[in-house]
Amino acid sequence: MLKLSWIGGATDAGWFGYAPLTSVAQNPGTGIDFWIISLQILGIASLAASFNFIVTVINMRAPGMTMMRLPLFTWMSFITAILLVLAFPVITVALIELTFDRYFMFNFFNVANGGSVVLWQHLFWVFGHPEVYILILPAMGIVSEVLPVFSKKPLFGYKTVVLAGIIIAFMGWMVWSHHMFTVGLGAVANAVFTITTMLIAVPTGIKVFNWLGTIWGGSIRFTTPMLFSLGFIAMFLMGGISGVMHAVSPSDAQQQDTYFIPAHLHYVLFGGAIMGILSGIFYWFPKYSGKMYSERQGKISFWLIMIGQNVTFFPMHFVGLDGMPRRIYTYADNMGWDFWNGVTTGGAFILVLGFLLVMDNIGRHWKNGEPAPSDPWDGRTLEWSISSPPPEYNFEEIPIVRSLDAWWETKQGEAHKEVPASGGSGNDGHGIHLPQPSYWPFVAAAGLFIAAYGVVFNDLLIPWALAAIGLTIGFVGVYAWSLEPINDPEEEDSTH
Amino acid sequence: MRLQKISKTSFFIATTLLTLLITACYPDHNQSTFDPQGPVAASQLNLFWWIFIGGMIVFVLVEGALVYAMIKFRARSESDIPAQTHGNTRLEIIWTAVPALLLLIIMVPTINGLFYMYEAPKLHQANHVLEVIGHQWWFEFRYPDPNDPEKEIVTANEVYIPVGYPVPLNLDSVDVIHSFWVPKLAGKTDMVPGEGNYMWFEADVPGEYYGQCAEYCGTSHANMKFKVIAVSEPDFKSWLQVQSNPALESSDPLVQEGAGVFKSAGCTGCHATKTVVNKGSKGRVGPNLAHVASRRNLAAGMLRNSDENGSVNDALLQKNLRTWLQDPNEVKPGNLMSSGAQVYTDPDKKLTEEQISQLVHYLSSLK
Repeated sequence: MLKLSWIGGATDAGWFGYAPLTSVAQNPGTGIDFWIISLQILGIASLAASFNFIVTVINMRAPGMTMMRLPLFTWMSFITAILLVLAFPVITVALIELTFDRYFMFNFFNVANGGSVVLWQHLFWVFGHPEVYILILPAMGIVSEVLPVFSKKPLFGYKTVVLAGIIIAFMGWMVWSHHMFTVGLGAVANAVFTITTMLIAVPTGIKVFNWLGTIWGGSIRFTTPMLFSLGFIAMFLMGGISGVMHAVSPSDAQQQDTYFIPAHLHYVLFGGAIMGILSGIFYWFPKYSGKMYSERQGKISFWLIMIGQNVTFFPMHFVGLDGMPRRIYTYADNMGWDFWNGVTTGGAFILVLGFLLVMDNIGRHWKNGEPAPSDPWDGRTLEWSISSPPPEYNFEEIPIVRSLDAWWETKQGEAHKEVPASGGSGNDGHGIHLPQPSYWPFVAAAGLFIAAYGVVFNDLLIPWALAAIGLTIGFVGVYAWSLEPINDPEEEDSTH
Repeated sequence: MRLQKISKTSFFIATTLLTLLITACYPDHNQSTFDPQGPVAASQLNLFWWIFIGGMIVFVLVEGALVYAMIKFRARSESDIPAQTHGNTRLEIIWTAVPALLLLIIMVPTINGLFYMYEAPKLHQANHVLEVIGHQWWFEFRYPDPNDPEKEIVTANEVYIPVGYPVPLNLDSVDVIHSFWVPKLAGKTDMVPGEGNYMWFEADVPGEYYGQCAEYCGTSHANMKFKVIAVSEPDFKSWLQVQSNPALESSDPLVQEGAGVFKSAGCTGCHATKTVVNKGSKGRVGPNLAHVASRRNLAAGMLRNSDENGSVNDALLQKNLRTWLQDPNEVKPGNLMSSGAQVYTDPDKKLTEEQISQLVHYLSSLK
């Protein structure tokens, strides 16, 4: 949707779209409308998926899989889903207010008629700050699974890591105004948000130390996913340190809205989230594709990305402190910013090369890679106990979980366990609860897509009709979807 | 005592070296935050160094431990199975408590610095409150008229301040959010329409300080700059006097004709040439041009009119005025003059070369 917005003019108010730049007076085209509507649709999708994750994690754990035996990635995804469910409604409200301002001449953000532009910033960041934890927590989960496997040691302080994740998610709601230190909220408000922001470094630090504790004394194998996870720790730490620098609000008055901020956010979200995701992509590649990727190519791509990102993002610290504001497309040649900006551009090319290698590695080996064994990494969690790729129904029999790292414990034979998910009852997985494959979700999504176009180009009669048709299709899709027979194992058992 | 002195010296050397490294090889760092010229910027930089050094210690320790672990504990054989330790409560308590304690320590100077930013020292001269109003994409400045407290003098994109005096600033905006930032004097404060804002700074030494809008404000955000010129107290006073009087009239016929074009072409619709306005009155759409020829820059810092020493070079000024008048959009994309003024939107009313020359002469006479 957003990508197609060039048809009607691109969104041009920055990702946080500060009012009143997004008002009709400032921005009469359809770019902002595309932005609003696509974010709303994204919101619906995120909420639906998050509820799905939450319900699945709470209701559908295998017997013996207590919450404190969940793999870390599942834990962090669960927390992320809760955060999403709580955070997205806030941006939804803000966007609805903006929609009303733009479509129906309301005055939420119109200063001339008593509105407040700072209101937008509060709403946006109350959503926006939990949102950055939504981005980083799953990556932290991935790292917390990859490190133990390739160190052949359990995660150091499992409970603390889980708890730290929960605390980060909770405190993520108390720091939003650190994005607004220069808005003029006053010394007291800034002091409060300075303190909360600094404190959030504590649970984050706990995670980093526990990861160090995990590899300490281990037997480390430097595979591609492990390299990305170790890279994650190294880069995320730097982002964390520059984060504390911003938290010092007086010196943030110099850093805010300069290139120092993109430097910081790329260290946490690129060096952090993206590296974590890449680690996960390689780690589970044998499982989901059933093939092995090229380790050599993977390592080369890691080093290209690692070097590329530092060459790209590190100089941003320099130009930022040298007074270069964000979001400028040009600058005079007597500012002293040329050299480091040149370096940044060079680094971006290295990054591109690294990503091309990753895509090639994955694309090519998905088709023609060596077949993967079911447990190529000597894994610790249960997904490695089934074949690669897993059968549609995952486990033939629901495994009984007796401990954390159940598969590892089974292999080590320490805990006199039944082997989970082996033996099979020959019923081809019919005992497993699975959702029915269905085309209706696609119909519902297509309906929303059509409707969105109608709403964006609302000044014509036909688009309103388009919106109505799209919504109808959407509703029919959802309705038909919910009427489909569900595949309930209990029922099937009774019909045997 | 001695130890303290050594640590102070080494701190100084270390920070100087780092500054040199970061800003290496460049003579011009007009907006460097490492070169504070006033107490506010200095206190902010001082805090930066403390947190920077703290951060560096953490960085070296943790990254060092990471690298050490990676080398020391690399797998030696495939079958190697290390001890399956699950955690260590005492260690975990330590690495929760120590960072928390460090942060608590940093908080003290931080909160101090925060309140320092907000509370201007006793004002020596309360009548020097500077009003700054953001426009897309230029800055309007107003001082109280020294001759009449009910009036304000208006200027744009360039403002003088007295060295050694704290200058309180009131910030506002007429359209979107802008941010007022002179890195060598103080950190930025946003100019929020409808809310207003407040800050203060002070310059220790005379000089021309670069400023720039720091909050994305639309197409020409990158081209919204200004200068703060710090001069001695007497020079400041005489500047104020000059600003409060209209420019000397010239009898040059070309200038007279230019003044006529200025009216007939509709320039006066947006640009005032009066210096003094009623206090709090609404400003014009475009920058005040009463003393445009005395400014070192044209078009909010886009074109330089002056020589190295800061005095306006007439030839340069005339060239810049011509460049601007021929196609303002070339200098500052998206500006309201090229999209709003009839001489640019209506091909029939386009300025002739002759009219442009007359305007250039008129405007460059507004010293």
